[in-house]
Amino acid sequence: MRDVWFLSREERPCVNYKCGLLNTIQDVLRQRPGWTEVKEEGEWDFNWCDVAWLRENFDNTYMEEHVRICHFRNHYELTRKNFMVKNLKRYRKHLEREAGRSEAARCDFFPQTFELPGEYHLFVEEFKRSAGSTWIMKPVARSQGKGIFLFRKLKDITDWKKVRHVCLQDGTRSEEQKNDVHVESYVAQRYIENPYLISGRKFDLRVYVMVTSYIPLKAWLYRDGFARFSNTRFSLSSIDDQYVHLTNVAVQKTAPDYDPEKGCKWQIQQLRRYLTAKHSRETVETLFKEIDNIFIRSLLSVQKVIINDKHCFELYGYDILLDDCLKPWLIEVNASPSLTASSQEDYEMKCRVLEDTLHVVDMEARLTGREKRVGGYDLMWNDGPVFREDAGPETLSSSCFTANTHLGCVNDRKRQLRQMFKPLPGHKRI
Amino acid sequence: MIDGGTERELSATIAQLVQRLKGSHLHSQLERRAKDCLHQPEIKLESLKEDVRHFLRVSGWEKKLHNAVYREMHVQPPLSLLPTPPEHRKEPLLYMRSAQASWERRVLKSLSSMSSELGVPLARKRPAAEQKELANKWNEMSTDEPDLSQFRPVYAPKDFLEVLIGLRNPNHDHSEQVSTRSHWGLIQLPLSVRDCGSDVLGLNVRSYCGSDVLGLNVRSYYVFESQHVEVGKKVVLDQDSAAAQQYSRQGCPMGLRADLWALILNATNQAQDMMHYEQLKAGVIQHDMLVDNLIYKDVKLTASNDDYYFVFEDFLYQVLMCFSRDTAILEHFMYNSASPPRSFIQGGGRGVIPFHGFSMYVAPLCFLYNSPSELYSVFREMYVRYFFRLHSVSSSPSGIVSLCLQFERLLQAHLPQLFYHLRQIGAQPLRIAFRWMVRAFSGYLSTDQLLLLWDRLLAYDSLEILAVLAAAVFAFRSDNLMEVTSLASAEAVLADLSTLKVMPLIQIFLFASAA
Repeated sequence: MRDVWFLSREERPCVNYKCGLLNTIQDVLRQRPGWTEVKEEGEWDFNWCDVAWLRENFDNTYMEEHVRICHFRNHYELTRKNFMVKNLKRYRKHLEREAGRSEAARCDFFPQTFELPGEYHLFVEEFKRSAGSTWIMKPVARSQGKGIFLFRKLKDITDWKKVRHVCLQDGTRSEEQKNDVHVESYVAQRYIENPYLISGRKFDLRVYVMVTSYIPLKAWLYRDGFARFSNTRFSLSSIDDQYVHLTNVAVQKTAPDYDPEKGCKWQIQQLRRYLTAKHSRETVETLFKEIDNIFIRSLLSVQKVIINDKHCFELYGYDILLDDCLKPWLIEVNASPSLTASSQEDYEMKCRVLEDTLHVVDMEARLTGREKRVGGYDLMWNDGPVFREDAGPETLSSSCFTANTHLGCVNDRKRQLRQMFKPLPGHKRI
Repeated sequence: MIDGGTERELSATIAQLVQRLKGSHLHSQLERRAKDCLHQPEIKLESLKEDVRHFLRVSGWEKKLHNAVYREMHVQPPLSLLPTPPEHRKEPLLYMRSAQASWERRVLKSLSSMSSELGVPLARKRPAAEQKELANKWNEMSTDEPDLSQFRPVYAPKDFLEVLIGLRNPNHDHSEQVSTRSHWGLIQLPLSVRDCGSDVLGLNVRSYCGSDVLGLNVRSYYVFESQHVEVGKKVVLDQDSAAAQQYSRQGCPMGLRADLWALILNATNQAQDMMHYEQLKAGVIQHDMLVDNLIYKDVKLTASNDDYYFVFEDFLYQVLMCFSRDTAILEHFMYNSASPPRSFIQGGGRGVIPFHGFSMYVAPLCFLYNSPSELYSVFREMYVRYFFRLHSVSSSPSGIVSLCLQFERLLQAHLPQLFYHLRQIGAQPLRIAFRWMVRAFSGYLSTDQLLLLWDRLLAYDSLEILAVLAAAVFAFRSDNLMEVTSLASAEAVLADLSTLKVMPLIQIFLFASAA
C-alpha cells in the first residue's frame, strides 16, 4: 500500500491536492508519492471535496485542463432518490418505444417508487391495488438511514404528513429543496418483503462504481465490496424495529445491541463463494450479470442529463438488495459513499478502492488510456460494453462474449499494478 | 498359505460388513424394492436372481449399496483374525489406553465439580413451559443472552497438549543424551510415523499436486478448470462415493462441493435422517444438560466472534445440542480409544464433552448445507471419521499424537536450523502448531482455503495433511521466525494465517523436501 516501486525518481510528479474529508481518503492522499496538500486558498490540481463545497464553489471555480475534482456538478440526478427514479422511468419509456417491451423490462430493477407529495394520488392508487403490502418512506436528500420508516396503512403517513407540514419551517434547506413546497420531498417505495436471508439475517450489498466520463460513458467496476448484515433476525412482524430493516452501518451503530467489534460485514468475495456453494456457479454468474445490468442502465439513464465535464470523475457507492429469488434490486446510489472504516479489514479495503481510484484518474499520466483493468477496477463500459476477450480474428466468429466484470472475484491488484506500471525496456513514455 | 490367509480375512471382513448392514435402513429399503420389482413384467421366474439384481443395478440401488459398503470399510478398523479383547481393538497400546482413561476421568471430574459448584445438575427434565418456550425460539437461540459468566470451558487444547507431552512408553529407554539423532520436539514417543513429506500422502508428489495443473500456461488453465467442473458434474450425477473421493483429490469446485462431500461421506438426507434429527431435537427440548451451557459459551466465544462465521450462530446451536444427545455416536467409540463416560450417560448425556473451540468443527460446514438436518448428518459423519481423532489419545496414524510427532519430525528433518533456533528461545513449534491441528485449521485459514484443505482430508481419508500443512506454514515464514527471540514474537509471526494459500504452500514444501 505504501510502496513506491512503481515510480522512479524522475517520474515522481508534484500534485497539489485539497481534501475536504477527514477519513481514509486523507491517509491515501497523504501517502501518495509526490502529492502535497494545499492549505486554504492555495492552488490545487486535485480536489476531493464534499458535495456541500461543490454546490457552493463549483460554478465559480476556474479549472485548468489537467485539474480533477471528485464530483459531477449535478450528480444528484443519479443519487437523489426522487431524481433517480424520474430518470429511470423516463429512460425505461424511451427504451420501450425504441426497442420494445422486453428490453424495457431490463430496467425493472427498482421497486415501485412514487415521489411525494407530487405523485401522491398515483401512489394511493397503487397502494390500494396492492393492499397488505409494506412500503418504505425515505427522505430524498438524507443518508445514513435518517428519517426512514416503514408503513402498511395509509393512516400512518397521513399522520406523518400533518406533522411534517407543521414543523418544517426552519431555514436549513439546501438549494435543491428551495423549490419544494412546505413538505420536504420524500419517496414512497414498495418494500421488498422477501429479501434473501443468510441464517435468517437480511443484508445488502455495497458496490463501488467509478465514472470518469458521461459522454462518452466510461465506467469502472471495483472487484471488492461488502455485504452489510442486519444485527437481528429478519421478520415482517417487527416493522417498527427500524434496526432490523435498515442495514446501513450508520444506523446499525446506534442500535442498542450494536457491537462495533462484531463483524457485521462480509467481503463480497465471501458472499459470492457462499452463494456459489449454496446454489450453483451458473446461478451466481447469472445473478452477477444482472447486477452489472443495474449499473449500466442506471448510468445510461442519466447520461444525457448529467453535465459532462472532463475535470470531473465520481466514485459511486451502489446499494443492492437481493430477494429470495436471487433477483437484485437497486436501492440507491451514493455520490459520497462512506469512507470511514468500521474495522481493520474495512479500512484496508477502502484504501484499496481509493488508491485504485487515484490510479484511474491518473494525475501522473502513466496510463495509455487503453487499459481494461487498473488494479481492482475493471473497465465495464466504454461507450459500449467492454468484453474480457480481446477482439481479434479468432474471436470475430465467436458469439460468446463475456463481460469484463469481476465483482466478488480475486483482487490481485498489486501484481497487476506492478506489471502495468513497469516501464518497457527501450520505451519512453510520451 | 498367504493366499489362504487373505481369503480368510476377506470372508471375515465380508461377514462383518454384512452383519453391520443387516439391520440398517438401507437393507430394508433394498428388500422392499426387490419385493416391489417382482411385479415388473421383465422379471422372469427362471432367471429371478439375475433379473432382480439387474433391476437393482439399473435403478441405482446397487450404487447406494456400494456407497454404504465403502463407508463401512472406511470406518472399521482393520480386522484381526486373532482373538483380541475389545479394548485391544480400540487401541492396541496399553499405555495409550490408560492415558486416555485417566484424561477422561479428569475431564469428567472437572465437569462434575462444575456441576456441584454451580448447583446445576448434569441433566434435568425441562418443565413444560420451558419446553414450549425453547420450541418456539428454536431457530433463534442466538438471541438468548443467558448468564454464562460462571461457566468455563472444561478444557482447552493447550491442556490436552500437556497430557500428550507427558506421555511415555514405559518400555522405552529415555536415557539417551540429546543429540542430533534424538527427537527435539515435545512428543517423546517411539511411534512410527511417515516423516518423509511426499510419503505422507502415500503417493508421489507429482500426482498429488495434480500434474495436469503444473506447467500449464494461463489459457490452458481455464480449459483445465472448466473440464474439471464438467467431470465433477458427472461424478455427482453418478452418485458413486469412491469416484467422488478420487475426484476430490484435485479439489472440489465451490458449486459442487456440498454434493461431493455428502457423497464421499455417504451422508444422506432422506426421511430417516430427518426423522433422526427431529428426535434429537425433541430430546434437546425435553432435557436440559449442563453441557448445553458449555456449547453455548463456546459458540459465543469462538464462532460468533469470527468475521466469517458469526452469521451461522443459530445453526451451530441447533447442530451441537443435538450432537451431544446422539446415541449413534456411541458406536464410534467401538473403534475409538475413548470411552463414553458412564456417569455422564446416566445423567442423560451421550458421550462427547466439548472443549474450547469445538464449535469450529461445524462452522465451515454451515457454508455448504442449508437445512439443519443435512448439516447435522454431514457433521456427524465427519466427526466419527476424522474429528474425534483430534482430541483422543491413541496410536492411530491419523490420531493427534501421531500428527504431533509427524509435524515435529518433518520440521526437524527439513528445517533443522529453524527448529533448533525456536527450541533455544523457548518456542517449541508444537506449542503453536497444536491449536491449528486440533481444530483442523478451522478459524485460522480463510474459509475458501479451509474448504480446499478439507477437500483433501476427505479425498485422502487421512488427517496427516494437517501435519504437513503445519510444517509448510513454518517453512513459509521461516525467514521471519529466524529473527525472533521469544515465544511471544514467534506467536505473533504465526498469528495470522488468513492470507495463506494452502495448496501452493503444501506443494512448495513437498517439492523442497523431496529434493
